[in-house]
Amino acid sequence: MQLTDEKMDRIIGNLLRAGVTLAAAVVLAGEIWHMAQWGSGLPNYRVFRGEPSDLRSAAGVLRGVSQGHSADLIQLGLLLLIATPVARVAFSVWAFAAQRDRAYVVITLIVLTALALSLAGAV
Amino acid sequence: MNSLEFTALIWAIAAVAGFLGALTGLGGGVILTPALTLLFGIDIRYAIGASLVSVIATSSGAASAYVREGYSNVRIGMFLEIATTFGAIFGAFLASRIPTSSLAVIFGLVLLYSAYLSSRKEPDGPEAAASDPLARGLRMDASYPTPEGPRPYHVQRVKTGFSLMLGAGALSGLLGIGSGALKVIAMDQAMRIPFKVSTTTSNFMIGVTAAASAGVYLNRGYIDPGLAGPVMLGVLFGSLIGARTLAGANTRVLRIVFGLVVAAMAVEMIASGLRGRI
Repeated sequence: MQLTDEKMDRIIGNLLRAGVTLAAAVVLAGEIWHMAQWGSGLPNYRVFRGEPSDLRSAAGVLRGVSQGHSADLIQLGLLLLIATPVARVAFSVWAFAAQRDRAYVVITLIVLTALALSLAGAV
Repeated sequence: MNSLEFTALIWAIAAVAGFLGALTGLGGGVILTPALTLLFGIDIRYAIGASLVSVIATSSGAASAYVREGYSNVRIGMFLEIATTFGAIFGAFLASRIPTSSLAVIFGLVLLYSAYLSSRKEPDGPEAAASDPLARGLRMDASYPTPEGPRPYHVQRVKTGFSLMLGAGALSGLLGIGSGALKVIAMDQAMRIPFKVSTTTSNFMIGVTAAASAGVYLNRGYIDPGLAGPVMLGVLFGSLIGARTLAGANTRVLRIVFGLVVAAMAVEMIASGLRGRI
């Protein structure tokens, strides 16, 4: 079956919408849980201390969620949101390969590599 | 103020920012960071982290519709994303190296320029009759839907556009904004891509650009769930309502008022930065 540009556009559009919807739902669930857990005690955002290490990586966030930390569930939603455009680029690599469009497979792989390096904390 | 009240307040301000951003085409990010830093005294690094996340949400949400309708040019977007992602990583790296007061001043200057841009009418450069050989090689020429049927277009000055996109990416990573205005200028003015295709392709690219710097922000601890969560939900909600309202609204007066508010915020950001209060 031929993968036309129109079909590719439709899949990308649906992928983006699904990603944003899922991320927003997880963040909302985390917010509600967060309020139910304590609801008082305001963090101080005037002074920058940086997030604790468990909130800085996907592995740490997943561990935090499994231990029942609501802040980690919100962070998981935000990670899903960040992953949405990355998934779109990964899909494009496959789609251009299916179209046998070598130039764009290379272009898309370069972008995917840059994203991976940034997310892996290599920068 | 307890955490519930704080969350509700942040959510409401983010919703207003998203609403106005969608209505004026300026995006929610540019007014969110000044609002968070100037009104709440939130450290600018937490503010740009939260703002960047919301940028991914609104741009991906809007892009999903434009791509399916056939306005965005996926090939042009993918190619230029090489420039914006590397630019964004460089910008985000720079953000953690320079003093916050300098960040505030640069933010103010970019804000002033955005206010100026939004006050102008939508310029559509003259259509290109022929293509850059590079654009032909990369199969960038396409067509977009109009009421009279699909309309073909050509793409010029790919290298100039690519260089401008490096700058747009760097600003996005440095300040946690989408820098859609600069992306549109690169495509519409330099590459002579039709305005509608430029704006929608810019929207398509913003998510990937922002994701590139979001990785750096995340690893540096700029993204706080208690702040970025309500900001993201608020901006997304506001921009959805804004996009609905846009269909029938006369936005001329609103654009002027919004332009003045943005300009005032810009001056305040610059002044606070120079006095070392941010």
